[in-house]
Amino acid sequence: MADFILETKKLSKEFKGFSAVNDLNLQVERGHIHALIGPNGAGKTTIFNLLTKFLTPTTGTILFNGIDVTREKPADIALRGVIRSFQISAVFPNLTPLENVRLALQRPTGTSYQFWKSDRCLRKLDDRAMELLASVGLEAHSHEVTGELAYGRKRALEIATTLALEPELMLLDEPTQGMGAEDVEKITALVKQASANRTILMVEHNLKVVASLADRITVLQRGAILAEGIYAEVSKDPRVLEAYMGRAHE
Amino acid sequence: MNRFVWIALFILGLLVPLVVYPVFMMKLLCFALFAFAFDLLLGYTGLLSFGHAAFFGSASYVTGHLVKNSGLTPELGVLAGTLFAGVLGYVVGSLAIRRQGIYFAMVTLALAQIVYFVALKAPFTGGEDGLQGIPRGVLFGLIDLNRVYSVGGHPLALNLYYFVFAVFCLGFWIIHRTIHSPFGQVLKAIRENEPRAISLGYKVDRFKLMAFVISAAMAGMAGATKSLVFQLASLTDVSWHTSGEVVLMTLLGGVGTVFGPLVGAFTVVTLQSELSSVGSWITVIIGSIFMVCVLVFRRGMVGELARLLKRPL
Ligand SMILES: Nc1ncnc2c1ncn2[C@@H]1O[C@H](COP(=O)(O)OP(=O)(O)OP(=O)(O)O)[C@@H](O)[C@H]1O
Ligand SMILES: [Mg+2]
Repeated sequence: MADFILETKKLSKEFKGFSAVNDLNLQVERGHIHALIGPNGAGKTTIFNLLTKFLTPTTGTILFNGIDVTREKPADIALRGVIRSFQISAVFPNLTPLENVRLALQRPTGTSYQFWKSDRCLRKLDDRAMELLASVGLEAHSHEVTGELAYGRKRALEIATTLALEPELMLLDEPTQGMGAEDVEKITALVKQASANRTILMVEHNLKVVASLADRITVLQRGAILAEGIYAEVSKDPRVLEAYMGRAHE
Repeated sequence: MNRFVWIALFILGLLVPLVVYPVFMMKLLCFALFAFAFDLLLGYTGLLSFGHAAFFGSASYVTGHLVKNSGLTPELGVLAGTLFAGVLGYVVGSLAIRRQGIYFAMVTLALAQIVYFVALKAPFTGGEDGLQGIPRGVLFGLIDLNRVYSVGGHPLALNLYYFVFAVFCLGFWIIHRTIHSPFGQVLKAIRENEPRAISLGYKVDRFKLMAFVISAAMAGMAGATKSLVFQLASLTDVSWHTSGEVVLMTLLGGVGTVFGPLVGAFTVVTLQSELSSVGSWITVIIGSIFMVCVLVFRRGMVGELARLLKRPL
């Protein structure tokens, strides 16, 4: 029997009568890169928000490592080792990239409530932060203003910050959205590298990226699962072609 | 910030009452501390409180009452006022912190109005008259704060001034330390991107509440000290005008800057004393200046200067 790190059972979310996620039974196997694809408005981001408790499910349960986490708060989910990224790049714009990564490294140190200490004590995290920045090719930009970095670099920084927490499960919402081909390749390589000894659930529109990374794919349509399987199967499924890659008919 | 700048400013603070009227300086220091406390929330946590007079004013009443009626020494009086404001901050903060943006401001305003009502009606606050004739007392039972020195023929209340200056330095240091601490780093993260801070595992409500309590306590320290300087705790101290004034000072000077609140407090306090002869028109004049500043200097005076010089001020 497969070992599922994450399972949802009959997970639903309604917005004022409109059902954005509908009786979703999602299973993510440990160690996989699992891709969530589907047309715009299919409910992918909503699922991420439910899994990380940024939204409260209308009904259904969420199991992480077999534990029911449906009632937990977003920060508690993060403390369990589920770290998400956001569809719109999520960085701290007026801080430096070094400080961005350090904020993630700082959290497990338990010093975060110490308002009486100088922040010089955080400098011992700098070496590790620089390593992480180097791993995404940002070491030369460590002291710039994050808000002024190019878009692709912000996304790379976001991944470095997420990885700083050594998440057991990493949720990436369209990490390559709005990028040029060169950046897409870099991010793809990064995700591949990050997938060693962890599980990744990612929303991705770029099917080339999905094809090269994903161990398993779930296709969503109107909040429900349309098809599931490996890329070769899913990409041949007539319902998927119809719903998602409509142009295949042309 | 360069260490020499701090030392120079400290020496300036020590010498300034010899040239500038000490009462003016003491008022300035109290309001500057108030504005720094407020900016800890607005500038470094991204929370706009519209009820900070509740902490400033209630501490002023508590200190005034204890010093006047229970014979507390001034330092204990200020300490009691500060602690009271911190506790009140915990109550108000717990109720307000779950709200976002303008709703947060509205809740703080509403709760501050309740504090105002209590100050008006409670038996020990002196109603419309407030608490008058609060004694300045003897610091640590040793130093008489009423003592006046004659310098070049001018009577100067230097003991009181240096007490106020010491309180200001302590309060400023606490706020400065908080901003530049591991805790302060998380506050900035919350200000910059709250959902991201949550997703990294920070329980942001706790951080906001702690920042709120520290800010309220420091606002209280300013109000408590003010009640000794003017020997008065009045309804003005808890009114929404005072809440508005501290917002104004901070925005004028520059939100989230090192010196902004001081410059803002200086501007407003100076205008108030220079224009006191024009009566109620003063509100209109300060309001107009504020409007011009907001339109021309979006980042406040210090904020704009810092941008021109390309360095934090
Ligand atoms: N907070 C909300 N209130 C009301 N409706 C919402 C809310 N969030 C999402 N929706 C709706 O739910 C549906 C699913 O949205 P969601 O953002 O999850 O789609 P998505 O699959 O991530 O799309 P995209 O590919 O464009 O990112 C959409 O129709 C959207 O309008
Ligand atoms: Mg989306």
